[in-house]
Order: sequence, then structure tokens, then C-alpha cells
Amino acid sequence: MEMTILRAGMQTTVQDLGRTGYRGIGVPHSGAMDPVALRLANSLVGNAENAAALEFTLVGPALEFSADALIAVCGAECEGVSSWQPLHMTAGTKLDLGACVRGCRGYVSVAGGIDVPLVLGSRSTYLRGGWGGFEGRALHDRDRLPVGVNEATRDLSEIFRSSWRIDPRILPAYGSTVVIRAMRPSNASEWADPLFSSEFKVTPKFDRMGITLSGPRLVPPAAENMISTAVGPGTVQVPPNGQPVVLMADAQTIGGYPHGAHVICVDRPLLAQLRPGDTLRFQEVTIDEAHQLALSRDHAMAILREGLIEKIRGKRNGAS
Amino acid sequence: MTLAPLGDSAVVVTLGNAIDETTLLRVRSLVAELERVKSPGIIDIVPAYATVTVFYEIVPAGATPEPPYQRVCRIVEEALAKIEHRWPDLLRANLESSQSRDAQSVVRIPVCYGGEYGPDLEEVARHCKLTRDEVVSIHSEGKYGVYAIGFSPGFPYLGGLSPKLHTPRRESPRTMVPAGSVGIGGQQTGIYPLSSPGGWQLIGRTPKPLLQLASENPALLRVGDRVQFFQITPEEFSTWK
Repeated sequence: MEMTILRAGMQTTVQDLGRTGYRGIGVPHSGAMDPVALRLANSLVGNAENAAALEFTLVGPALEFSADALIAVCGAECEGVSSWQPLHMTAGTKLDLGACVRGCRGYVSVAGGIDVPLVLGSRSTYLRGGWGGFEGRALHDRDRLPVGVNEATRDLSEIFRSSWRIDPRILPAYGSTVVIRAMRPSNASEWADPLFSSEFKVTPKFDRMGITLSGPRLVPPAAENMISTAVGPGTVQVPPNGQPVVLMADAQTIGGYPHGAHVICVDRPLLAQLRPGDTLRFQEVTIDEAHQLALSRDHAMAILREGLIEKIRGKRNGAS
Repeated sequence: MTLAPLGDSAVVVTLGNAIDETTLLRVRSLVAELERVKSPGIIDIVPAYATVTVFYEIVPAGATPEPPYQRVCRIVEEALAKIEHRWPDLLRANLESSQSRDAQSVVRIPVCYGGEYGPDLEEVARHCKLTRDEVVSIHSEGKYGVYAIGFSPGFPYLGGLSPKLHTPRRESPRTMVPAGSVGIGGQQTGIYPLSSPGGWQLIGRTPKPLLQLASENPALLRVGDRVQFFQITPEEFSTWK
């Protein structure tokens, strides 16, 4: 089966849950900016959570499939299209997503996953390196992407054409004014105080590598003699201009600027859905709290996933 | 030596507070030991100058009763204890390999210096009050250690540049530096594996690829490797394979 891109939308790329094992040679993690939305989008169509899907930014694509397909749209929400639920697409029907009305990054999963080749163990696009995903680039109009086969959901499109959806209570607390929980590095002394006590605004300098914030000017100690160390998604770097940058999925692997905070894993989806002009506050948490939250999130996702698998299995038995 | 969290999914191990050979040996030894142990849940190991950062999964496959941060710290401490135990041997082996002329202990990289391949060679010579040939011979006589890889995939930060060649970065970075460019940035020299923006002074270019995505070991260089450059002609550059 093929997915044809009729209109590419904005910075639409193929992403899975990212690359591991190559950060030591400078290869960024990449992967979905909002991994929770991607995992749910995949679970809803019976895929493994790590299957490759489309990620779009602020403006969704228009697309169609060469055969009947089971899809889901999660993350940013677009007018006229139901999110967070499986959708049955008959061959040749056009799905037109248009501008997002809520959130910033949306995901379109399809049963079977987008079947692009693995590069360094992942199907994620890394735009700066020009590799992964579909030809290492953002999608263009008229691209045709191969879709894999998912045996589990092959004959279930009929059954999935019901109107159930994910209970929004399980979703991260998305919004345009959010509280982002972060850990404070032990060496981020008083200079980092304003980071945890002020409101910050997302600037138009936001991409898959990082989000630049504006707010009170931070004055970290001079970084001249700082020896570069590893950074990762979630690291809040403070360059000499005093405006913090939260590193995201395509972050470089090492950096030489002081760190003011580090956003915890469970709240990175909230950052991924912020648009320029949206505001946030950082709230300090401990590593134990961060891990507890991550475990609870994972537990909830596992229960949901089990329920979905059960639904697929039950329907199949019922149908046969 | 300290261990500290980098957020909720990595531990930073600081092994020294300066950029030197002994610290680099500790860094390299810790990476080797952690790679040998292959503990489940440890997904990435990032050495850089005086630190090794260990990235872990908060919820690893196969549950363990140990809290994640404590577990990774324990694994790191066990690896460090092993290295401490073997330290005299490691030091001796390192000294022997640094003095050896054995081709295996050093990665030799061909460079075509100057001209269109090294547009800033002139500028570096002027700044250092040397001739172009002197810059080339000093640069290619040096032995360099790979202290970190980053900035962009496969970009090696090489320490050991002769102070005679220290040259500040360009005032305005280039928007596009061709892949393979060899540059000088302050006290370091390095190689751009991919075409990218960059502010270093470009003195030459290598035809040897630093990143090969289809290979099992995609990067030519790893932290701790030793590197030496040798000069090739533009003709050799264009026919290099």
C-alpha cells in the first residue's frame, strides 16, 4: 500500500521513537517531538508503539491511500478531523488536515507503519544530517510513501469504524499556558532562580532542535572556561544573551553553555505542543518525583495498550 | 570524580577538571568498560573531554527493584572500581601506544591543504606569522587526541594543536562549510563530517569520509583515538577512494 502526499503541510517528516546507541558519535536522538502522541497514535491502529508515522507542524498535510487503511491522528488537533481515535479510510478518500486549531505537532499513524528503511536503527528523519525518514527530508507535495502490512488489523477496518476514542484524562495536560516540571542542576546557583519564578514565552525561534524562550534575562557565570559536556532533549541551555533554549528531539549531543534546568521526560510532550506566543512556567521537582511520574505514565499507557490489543483480539474472534 | 544527574534520564560522570591525556584515558577506559558490561537499560554513552554521560531508560525492559538513578550510579561505580584496579596497566599500555609507530594506534587522515580546499590557510598563516608551508608542516606533524565528538554527527574535537597554530574562529561563520573540511578553532582542530554552517578557519579538506551510515561502525573516529594528518595533492584528492 502507498500513502500519497497531496499537500505536504508544514515541516512534515517521518518519525518513530528515535535513535539510540549513537549519541557517543554525535548522532542526535531525533524521533517524535511528542512521543506520547506518537505512541497512542500507533496503539490506536494496532501498531507497535515505535512504528514510523508522520509528524506535522502547525499545518497538517492532505493525503490519500492506495488501499483501505486504518489511521489515527493524535497530538495537535485540526478542524473537521477527529483526533485520538481510529479512523477508517477507504482507498482514494482524501484526508485533509489543514491548520491546527490546538497544539503544534500532530501525528498521523497508519496500520502497518510507514515502511521507510532503517538508518542507524531508526526510521526517524534527521533534517540537519539529511538522513532517515523519507529521503532524509521533509515531505513534498506528491511524495509517495510505502506503508507496511499489519496482520492484526488487516480485516478489522469495518469494526474500527466505530465512534470510540481515548479518554482525554489519560493525555498529558496540553495547553497554551502550561507548567513544565524540571529538575534543577546542582550547580545552577542563584542565577537560575528567575527560571523557576517567572513566566516565559515561546519565541518564533522554535524547531525540532530547540525552543528559544523570552523572559527575564538570566545571567549565568561566564562560560569561557566551561568544558563542553553532553546535553539532551530537555536540557535548558542559557547562552550569553541570557534567553534560555530548551533542547528538543534533534538536539546536538554536546554543548558548552550553562544549564539552568532540565525538563523531565513526562513533560516534554507539553513543550512539543507549544506555539510561538504561548507561555510556560517551570516548576522544580526532584529526580524521585520525575521517575515516579514516568512510571505512572508508562503504567497508564501499558494498561491502555493492553485494552486496545484486547479489543482487536476480541473483535477478531467475534468476527470469525 | 563526581556523579550527578542530567535531568531524569542521564548521569554525568566527571573524571577531571581539565582537558588532558590522563583524563582522556579515564574517559576512554570508562566508556570501554561500560560498553563491555552492556547493562540493560543503558541506551547511550557520551564521552566529552572530562566527562562521560550515561543515558538510561527510566522504565527499562525487565523490571528491577532498584530505583533507576541509583541503579545506573551503581553500575558506573562498579566500572570505575575496575578501572582503578587496573590503572597502572592502563597507564602503561597508553604510554606504549602513544610512543609506538604502529599504524593501528593512530588514524591517519589525508588532507589537501590550501587553495579551494582550505580557503583560510592564508589567514591562519598571517595570524600566526608563519608561511603557508610552515602551517601545513606543523599541522601534519602533530599527533592529536579525539577529546569529544559532537556539534554535528561525527565532528571530532582534536586536542594537541601546536600553540603556534592557535587562531581565533572567524568573525562571521560561514553558512556552508563543505563536508571533509579541516579547520582550526581557537586551540583545537577538527573535521566537518557533513556540510554544515561553521565558524572555524578552514585550512584543508579530506576526501576520507568520517561518517558511513550503512557501516556497523558508522564513525571513522571515536573519543580517545589518536589522529595524524598527512598532506595530499589536489590530484590525489580528486582520485581518492
